[in-house]
Amino acid sequence: MAEPPMLDIRQVSKRFQLDGDTIEALTPIDLAIARGEFICLIGASGCGKSTLLRIIAGFETASSGEVFAAGKKVAGPGPDRGMVFQDYALFPWMTVRQNIGFGPRQRGLRRDEVRDVAERYAAMVGLSRFTDRYPHQLSGGMKQRVAIARCLANDADVLLMDEPFGALDALTRAKLQDELLDIWQRTRTTIIFVTHSVEEAALLADRIVVMSASPGRVDSDNAVSLPRQRDVSSADFNALRRMITNRLSSHLVSGAA
Amino acid sequence: MRAAIPVLIVPLGLLLLWHVMVTLSGTRLVPTPASVAVTIYDFVFGGIYDDAFSGTAYIHLYQSARRVYGGFLLAAAFGVPLGLLLGRVTLLRRMLDPTISLLRPVPVTAWLPLSMIFFGLGPSSAVFLVFLGAFYPILLNTTFGVRATDARLFEAAAMLGCRGSAMFRSIVLPAALPSIFNGLRLGLGFAWVLIVVGEMTGVPQGLGAVIMDGRTLSRTDLVITGMIVIGVAGFLSDRLMVALNNRLLRWSPQHG
Repeated sequence: MAEPPMLDIRQVSKRFQLDGDTIEALTPIDLAIARGEFICLIGASGCGKSTLLRIIAGFETASSGEVFAAGKKVAGPGPDRGMVFQDYALFPWMTVRQNIGFGPRQRGLRRDEVRDVAERYAAMVGLSRFTDRYPHQLSGGMKQRVAIARCLANDADVLLMDEPFGALDALTRAKLQDELLDIWQRTRTTIIFVTHSVEEAALLADRIVVMSASPGRVDSDNAVSLPRQRDVSSADFNALRRMITNRLSSHLVSGAA
Repeated sequence: MRAAIPVLIVPLGLLLLWHVMVTLSGTRLVPTPASVAVTIYDFVFGGIYDDAFSGTAYIHLYQSARRVYGGFLLAAAFGVPLGLLLGRVTLLRRMLDPTISLLRPVPVTAWLPLSMIFFGLGPSSAVFLVFLGAFYPILLNTTFGVRATDARLFEAAAMLGCRGSAMFRSIVLPAALPSIFNGLRLGLGFAWVLIVVGEMTGVPQGLGAVIMDGRTLSRTDLVITGMIVIGVAGFLSDRLMVALNNRLLRWSPQHG
């Protein structure tokens, strides 16, 4: 790899104490993610995929190991790594425009510049007509579009997405998946996307990292070579889906034994 | 007009009951509603009794309102920032919480003798009591509002580059605002309750002073007049607070 990785996860582990027992949420993990890559983390609950994402975001500290973002050691949350939460976490007292413009405003941009940036990214996610609405006046899909635009407006290098479409209905979900791919192809943002849906991972990812639980670890790292726009009814797509499902269930069985 | 009927049933019923009880018992200690109404008119407009209280309602109301809002604004100026800090800074909370929890159950009226020693006889004492009474509900509700805020909002703000005092101004304060307003509303209510006690400390003017004078002069009609004016003033100032609340919390789904 000629270019240094966008994200370099080195020997990152997470342990915590619960009633005197040490729980191993993550055993040391190594993962390098190239600029512009779309990675899906998939695994059963308790495999530490969300924990890993929160360590990358800087919300939690690793018990050992380090994360480097664009060569710089992660020491806390920062605008270079934008998180998209499952429950949106929009600021309810701000309009759509103010939510999207929040990051640029923190960077000290002038009022009219903030407004321009907010309008541009609202347009990118198709919300130009709704910039004066408050979050409680939006549907779930629209809220998640605002959350994505909010990170992009802040020039995030990496989008960390924690089951972002998990709370949405199937139609909205499919539409947002399409839109996310479109945005990703236009902006070449690096995306780490946590999901528990094999189909979603197979549709979106360049690389699918399968994780397994107790202790949390990387089970397999699968490059996806299917061309885009992926046809969910094609034989190749089904083969990929079957392969990932097998990887997931192989240790559901061994884990249960 | 039709809508006013259910609203008026209870107050009119109470007035009627009051009138009947006074007339039937033949007491001279409690005046009838009609004679209180005359006193209220005289208190506000004058021209009937032409005594020391005729037409003085505005002066007393103005003095009381000044002390109520003075003490209340002072309580808000200390209570809101301290509450925000207590909600966010664990160390500070652990330092101050035991003291606050011990002082809070002490009735504000029990502070009266001490406050007279601290501030002397006069309006400062009244302002201090109002301040104390309004301070705790404002402080506690502010702290609660911060602690009840979804932690993800703070994470989201941090990841968007929000730091330090900007975090308090842009995130902590607005997130806690619905709860802060509950505290302010409670605090303002207590402030009007405590003004009577506060103005017992030898102030010449104020609605509390009028009630105390009425008691000394055995003029129960004046006492009841003072009570009614305080009730109306407290009610109006609460309406004002609710209007402000609804205006500032337009974003909140509960205040559509």
